[in-house]
Amino acid sequence: MFILMAFSLTASLIFLGAYIWSVKSGQFDDKYTPSVRMLFEDKKTSKKTEPGLISGEKNEENK
Amino acid sequence: MAINFGKYEAGQIPADQQKAMICFHCGEPCPDDNISIGDKSFCCHGCKTVFEILNANEMCDYYTIEDTPGITPKQDLISDRFEYLDDETVKPQVVDFSDGKTERVTFHSPTMHCASCIWLLEKLHEMDSRIYSSVVNFPRKQVTITYNREEMKLSETAALLSSLGYEPLVNLDTVGKREQSSAEKKLYLKIGLAGFAFGNVMILSFPEYLSRVGSVDPTFKTVFGYLSLLLSIPILLFASKDYYQSAWAGIKSRTVNIDVPITLGIGMLFFRSLWEILTQTGVGYLDSFTGLVFFLLVGRLFQQKTYEVLSFERDYKSFFPLSVTRMINNIEAVVTVLKQKPGDRIVVRNQELIPADSVLLKTEAFIDYSFVSGESTPVTKNAGDFIYAGGRQAGTTIELEVIKEPSQSYLTQLWNNDVFNKPRFSRLNVMVNQVSHYFTFGVLAIAIIASLYWLQFDTATGIKVFTAVLIVACPCALALSSPFALGTAMRIFGRKGFYVKNTDTVEALSKINTIVMDKTGTLTESGQETIEFSGDRLAHEDQEIIKSLVQHSTHPLSQKIFQALDVDAIHPVAKFEEISGKGIQGHVSGREIKLGSTKWLGLQEDATDAEDMKTRVFLSINEEVIGSFLIANVFRKGLRPLLSDLKKQFSMFLLSGDTEREKATLVNLFGSEENLQFRQTPENKLDFVSRVQGEGAHVLMVGDGLNDAGALRASEVGIAITDDVSAFSPASDGILTGKNLHLLGTFIKMSKATTSVIVASFVISIIYNVVGVSFAVAGKLSPLVSAILMPASSISVVAFTTFTTSLRARMMKLT
Repeated sequence: MFILMAFSLTASLIFLGAYIWSVKSGQFDDKYTPSVRMLFEDKKTSKKTEPGLISGEKNEENK
Repeated sequence: MAINFGKYEAGQIPADQQKAMICFHCGEPCPDDNISIGDKSFCCHGCKTVFEILNANEMCDYYTIEDTPGITPKQDLISDRFEYLDDETVKPQVVDFSDGKTERVTFHSPTMHCASCIWLLEKLHEMDSRIYSSVVNFPRKQVTITYNREEMKLSETAALLSSLGYEPLVNLDTVGKREQSSAEKKLYLKIGLAGFAFGNVMILSFPEYLSRVGSVDPTFKTVFGYLSLLLSIPILLFASKDYYQSAWAGIKSRTVNIDVPITLGIGMLFFRSLWEILTQTGVGYLDSFTGLVFFLLVGRLFQQKTYEVLSFERDYKSFFPLSVTRMINNIEAVVTVLKQKPGDRIVVRNQELIPADSVLLKTEAFIDYSFVSGESTPVTKNAGDFIYAGGRQAGTTIELEVIKEPSQSYLTQLWNNDVFNKPRFSRLNVMVNQVSHYFTFGVLAIAIIASLYWLQFDTATGIKVFTAVLIVACPCALALSSPFALGTAMRIFGRKGFYVKNTDTVEALSKINTIVMDKTGTLTESGQETIEFSGDRLAHEDQEIIKSLVQHSTHPLSQKIFQALDVDAIHPVAKFEEISGKGIQGHVSGREIKLGSTKWLGLQEDATDAEDMKTRVFLSINEEVIGSFLIANVFRKGLRPLLSDLKKQFSMFLLSGDTEREKATLVNLFGSEENLQFRQTPENKLDFVSRVQGEGAHVLMVGDGLNDAGALRASEVGIAITDDVSAFSPASDGILTGKNLHLLGTFIKMSKATTSVIVASFVISIIYNVVGVSFAVAGKLSPLVSAILMPASSISVVAFTTFTTSLRARMMKLT
């Protein structure tokens, strides 16, 4: 019985420790930006617009 | 007949053309399709440049996250304007961290506004290999850049941000100021700790709640008791520390604030439990104790809604730029403002601020003092004239000689006034403290009488009853009703563009009886003016001729007329002449045109004109006066209904730094002439507020400029009006966006509704206390009753206040 209590208390203290660590390490400083950051793609999906296109026909059409 | 010249608006473009005409980068309408790459049009070369930079770095994902996310970079600025940041005296104040190789700096960049901005600003290392990483804190609008110190200069990082349109804001105030977020961190820690203890103590006392059903092993009872005690000690010593400090501070200043009965209750709870556990006479009330502290701290968190990006404490330091261009032997160098000495020669460009009181050396200046003095028309200054600091130059580049150091200037003298040196506290007594005064003495009286009664029979019961009354009367619900009601109101205000500094402001707002308003920038929209032409309708050709003439003049009025005329200026101008203080003239298409003041054109001063003093520019063609351009300020929308509504309930005053030129309109709006005062200096405004306060008024000051700073500070509630919340606004209790000024009356009404909700919840919580105290007086307060009564009263009061406050807001259409 006492061993079980010791276990449960240790487990809860570990979680308390984890919480204190998370506050101290600044995880609560900015609660918005990380939620946006995780949605970004890591790989580049856009390629350079080819220089030919920039000075190419389309541009001349405009002029 | 009068015609209106509307400004160029996006809505005028036919729908099918609209898409092509919107800038691919920033979404602004493009004036023409001259600037384009492929099928993408840009409104200016600045936007095009940013696109080219991003394109070259294969970073056009920027445009796929949100549509047209870009910001037009500032134009016409010299490239080395950040060089002062590399100065050995400035740099250590700006960078966060530096060792031999790497350096880290945090810039405030108010223009970031969307997910694309975050994406781009965190990808800076892909654009410049000298940057190691960059991290955005979006709520604070900050970007922290870590870079290679040996290869990159601090000024280059600032220039890189600026080239992308994210102009970093570095002013006198940001220097040497380090953010303090540790208070909030501490609150999180305390709540975590209290919640942890609350939950565990609750579990440990659970067997006791059910003890009537089955008996609890006495060994476990002892162990559980000691464990609970162990868990409660950090709560007593750390989590509830603020309450003791506040109560002590209250007693020292001879007031009984709400924290006094709380401290009494908390102390009684803990020490009675301690005694019961140590003597093994009971299990104590530690579950109530931890729960109480937990609820109180949650209330504090709710109350502490902070607007991280806004600052309510700004003074002139955050208005002035950090750098200025100094001329040394005809060579321009960018130096810090603080280093300015009398005798220095400085250069001020278009739209830059004059940083110190100085004398104009070269050419003519048009100084816009609207933000500093409230005068809405730019003032013309000639070489040799004295110019006060704080004005903004409109037009060409000017050269000045500094007369006084920036900290000694006329404008900054206002901050030497006493109001700025005293710590500011509300003269209005906070409602909850008034109640707690009577409450505390009432509870103490009941406790003493009840214990005296029981002492006749039994000493132990007497002491028990005394402590039980104090425990159960702990005004937890009383203490929670204010933060939750006011906090809810504060969030509702925030959603409507009215950001208040703290919950006390909401309460103070409900008690005001006098409203003092500023004119320029507060009642009128800053930078917005209507231009009307009165006289015969101008032919298209005449408009072209006028526009051709005014385009040669840098005078602000000429510029305004130029923008208002929606035709192309195509005619060459001969014999152009600008006569300072009078007007401009020239020959266009064989006709002689003059634009200028009444006198110069040989007209009699019109009596009605002099009265309402609108700015008029007269036009004559071939010596014949055709008519005049009328330039008037634009009052904010909904102003008339707002003022007529407020007029009924409050004494209204207008203090304007401007001339009487719009007096007639204002008398109409405010109802009487006596309450209007013009040509007020910043000190006048401050003195006026202090004077009416002396006559018993509770003042709400509404202003926008530096000239209102003193009055805002002296009043009970000072609200700063701003069109851009990230731009400078003087120190205040609340910041209200200009487009929501018409809701001011509703905000005041809402604050009154909120205080009545608080009164109602006081009644409810006192009913709970009466019930609890009747148990306690009868000597029947068991831990179970306490454990049920305390959370039940707290939760029901929190639910009641939050719900009714939002309901009242919905009834006022504020949600």
